[in-house]
Amino acid sequence: MNSAVIVFPGSNCDRDLAVAIEQVTGRAPAMVWHRDTELPDGTDFIGLPGGFSYGDYLRSGAMAARSPIMRAVTDAAGRGVPVLGVCNGFQVLTETGLLPGALMRNAGLNFVCRPVPLRVENSQSLFTSQYSAGEEIAIPVAHHDGNFQADAATLDRLEGEGRVVFRYLDSVNGSARGIAGILNDAGNVLGMMPHPERAIEAAHGNTDGRKLFEGLVESVAA
Amino acid sequence: MKARVFVTLKPGVLDPQGKAIHHALEGLGFGGVNDVRAGKLIELDLADGTSDEDIEGMCRKLLANTVIENFRIERLETAA
Repeated sequence: MNSAVIVFPGSNCDRDLAVAIEQVTGRAPAMVWHRDTELPDGTDFIGLPGGFSYGDYLRSGAMAARSPIMRAVTDAAGRGVPVLGVCNGFQVLTETGLLPGALMRNAGLNFVCRPVPLRVENSQSLFTSQYSAGEEIAIPVAHHDGNFQADAATLDRLEGEGRVVFRYLDSVNGSARGIAGILNDAGNVLGMMPHPERAIEAAHGNTDGRKLFEGLVESVAA
Repeated sequence: MKARVFVTLKPGVLDPQGKAIHHALEGLGFGGVNDVRAGKLIELDLADGTSDEDIEGMCRKLLANTVIENFRIERLETAA
């Protein structure tokens, strides 16, 4: 699998994401700088890492969403290449318009940093085929702006189309309907606030995130 | 010429920062504050002749996230 991890100024989970991808796929991803305008030929998976791109200036993810590489990412997403945005990566995807809604300041105003219980609501996606439907897992979160909001019609559509992939099982950040991760309408772009790359090996104390990357490998190989 | 862009949360969008400011004002003993909404003011120094459409484009493409925010543009006459 030929993966690419996009690196913005202020990304800080790019290396974690790269390590997770290499451990599961056996191949290190290309690290692609935000000023680049093209992805490596044959890229079949793109990861947008967590962090604080551009210092969260203006709005979280707003500046990164307008950086040159995001045109190439948007084109690739349009061709069906799987894209995973974690935390700040999710914020970048909503700011780019690849995913609906917006991620606002946590309702409690606090930065939340702890493992949180999630339910896998859709086990049929490109990313979640290794989980079972309704499976409960724990994945760490670490964010200040994870409060997912969209208008009621959009939320209803996301729910109705099975695009709510992960849901918080307790109160984390005020997200509408407890939404922790969503898919685009084509199903190849996933944004999620929890960090699966921080839960892939025994040393992390938790390997619940590993199946996401394993599922992705299967989907890309299929 | 200069312009100011006011970016505000749409009505009905939860504003935790405004709520926190509200609580802090009450904590300071200011009564009679019914609600607080926090927004942003962005000042632009622009080439003369920049059109309204250009400024609106800036707002739509970057300065405001129209999913959750409204914007209002105020042109300021440049002091000679």
